[in-house]
Amino acid sequence: MPADLFAQALNGLAYGVLLFLLSVGLTLIFGMLDVVNLAHGSFYLLGAYAGLSLIAGTGNFWLALLAAPLAVGLIGALIERSCLRPLYRRPPLDQVLLTFGFIYLFEDLVKWIWGGRIRSIPPPDLFSGSTTLFGAIIPSYRLFVIVFGLVMAVLLWLLIERTRLGAVIRAGVFDAEMTGGLGINIHRVFTGVFAFGAALGGLSGVIAGPIQSAYPSMGVTILVPALIVVVVGGLGSLKGSLIGSLVIGQAETFGKAWLPDSSMLIIYVVMAGVMLVRPQGLFGRPLK
Amino acid sequence: MTIRLVAFAVVVVALALFPLGAGNYPVKLLQEILIWGIFAMSLDLLMGYAGMVSFGHSAFFGIGGYVAALALTKSPGLVSALVLPALAAGLAALVIGFFSIRVSGVYFIMLTLAFSQMFHAYTFQVSWLGAEDGLVGIPRPTVPGWDIASPRGFHGYLLTLVVLVTLALWRVVRSPFGRVLRGIHENEGRMEALGYAVDRYKLLAFVIAGVIAGVAGALYAQFNGSITPDAFFWKTSGEALLMVIIGGTGTLGGAVLGAAAFILLQSLVSTYTERWMLILGVTFILFVLFAPGGIVGALRGRIGLRA
Repeated sequence: MPADLFAQALNGLAYGVLLFLLSVGLTLIFGMLDVVNLAHGSFYLLGAYAGLSLIAGTGNFWLALLAAPLAVGLIGALIERSCLRPLYRRPPLDQVLLTFGFIYLFEDLVKWIWGGRIRSIPPPDLFSGSTTLFGAIIPSYRLFVIVFGLVMAVLLWLLIERTRLGAVIRAGVFDAEMTGGLGINIHRVFTGVFAFGAALGGLSGVIAGPIQSAYPSMGVTILVPALIVVVVGGLGSLKGSLIGSLVIGQAETFGKAWLPDSSMLIIYVVMAGVMLVRPQGLFGRPLK
Repeated sequence: MTIRLVAFAVVVVALALFPLGAGNYPVKLLQEILIWGIFAMSLDLLMGYAGMVSFGHSAFFGIGGYVAALALTKSPGLVSALVLPALAAGLAALVIGFFSIRVSGVYFIMLTLAFSQMFHAYTFQVSWLGAEDGLVGIPRPTVPGWDIASPRGFHGYLLTLVVLVTLALWRVVRSPFGRVLRGIHENEGRMEALGYAVDRYKLLAFVIAGVIAGVAGALYAQFNGSITPDAFFWKTSGEALLMVIIGGTGTLGGAVLGAAAFILLQSLVSTYTERWMLILGVTFILFVLFAPGGIVGALRGRIGLRA
């Protein structure tokens, strides 16, 4: 039983880390641009399929892990420049609605290019086996995901808290107009942050491939848990996104094991509960 | 005002006579448009008038559908078909609204989304509501002297309800209450300073919209003879939102036009190509970018029609 429990907790951790990689982009984009990017699931979707093609073409998982996010980031930059930028002067909800349109566009585009069936993505050879840890058999790839996600969390933290670029981003999140007034080209920062968030979405798609396979509605399916993470953790907060992901990851995994009849309900209950007590989320700035 | 009423009457008569000259499929499309039109109008009351963008409006659509499904299999009268679904949806809107209106903007979107997804998750997994497959074999209501089960009878029944709902909403948005909602949309703080109990107005708007969405859901269940957890899924809310935006927010007629555009586009495009979602997505993006006033807004600019 303890071995089972341990395996569950690790599964939940792997899922939580995956949610973190996805939601951190979402929370960065929100913090910076004040846009809830509903197309974020689409970036995840595009990342998974781009990864699929790259792995099939080159046979190299690591290359896919690098190139697919770059491609998705480029798409993100294009969207920000061409479609979001003209909307900054409009009510903020117009931008949310715009990103909603991209969900349809990308899901159908993926069906068009890659077809509608489920495609499995093989894990890299290095992590294709499994490991026995404390009596539980764990697929090595999940351990890799956990380590990779936690390393990414540290790197992101260093980037945002310890570099000049991070300082600009933090300033922009705090007050974009003022930051622009201090002589920083805030438009370029906006594009950069949106592209970076999109790339992180693409990255999480590649990472998720070997665990969850790729299918056209995967973006829509993951979007709601990712939004929940961001809301529970606090919109715009990196720390919130990490803690929120780990909480939701465990809640969902243990929910499936212990309450199979209402497992899907649990994460919504967690979210509604948090929002009722702390509407701004665990680590969000207080609402005006 | 008189011109509008006359135009409305002409449209209603045309819609009533439509089945006489059209085949089975166009009539089905029209009925689907009318049902989604009711749903979209109810969302427009929230979005376009009160300025509350909800991503969880499907909660009330689904509740209406499921309650109608359960009640109609027990006793097939109008109480089961309309009254109970409307009451249940209204009650749910009262509870969900009570919690949701405490926040606004993005947080309001998220909270309403979470509530509607809870219903989706629940209906998706419990066996007494048919889980994934939903409820099937829902009978249409029977009323002495009115055969609603027949195609013509159902058309009349549906159209009567559309007219009643439209007139009621028309009345609501033009009443002092409706003006207060517009005021809240424009500047919530000012309305509060003027002494309006803003939260109470928002809650009432939320409940009215919920009741009407419940009626739409109930009609949808009767139209299809079935209801599935998809009715609760956030994409159902999203589609209603697309309809309102494409048609034009803050104009009840626009919501129905948007529903018509959405459903006609879907059925037309899908006969020629499988790429209907792509075309829908692009259409929607173009509307948001270049015609934020929707179809009605664009028409107003063209022919100089006033709000």
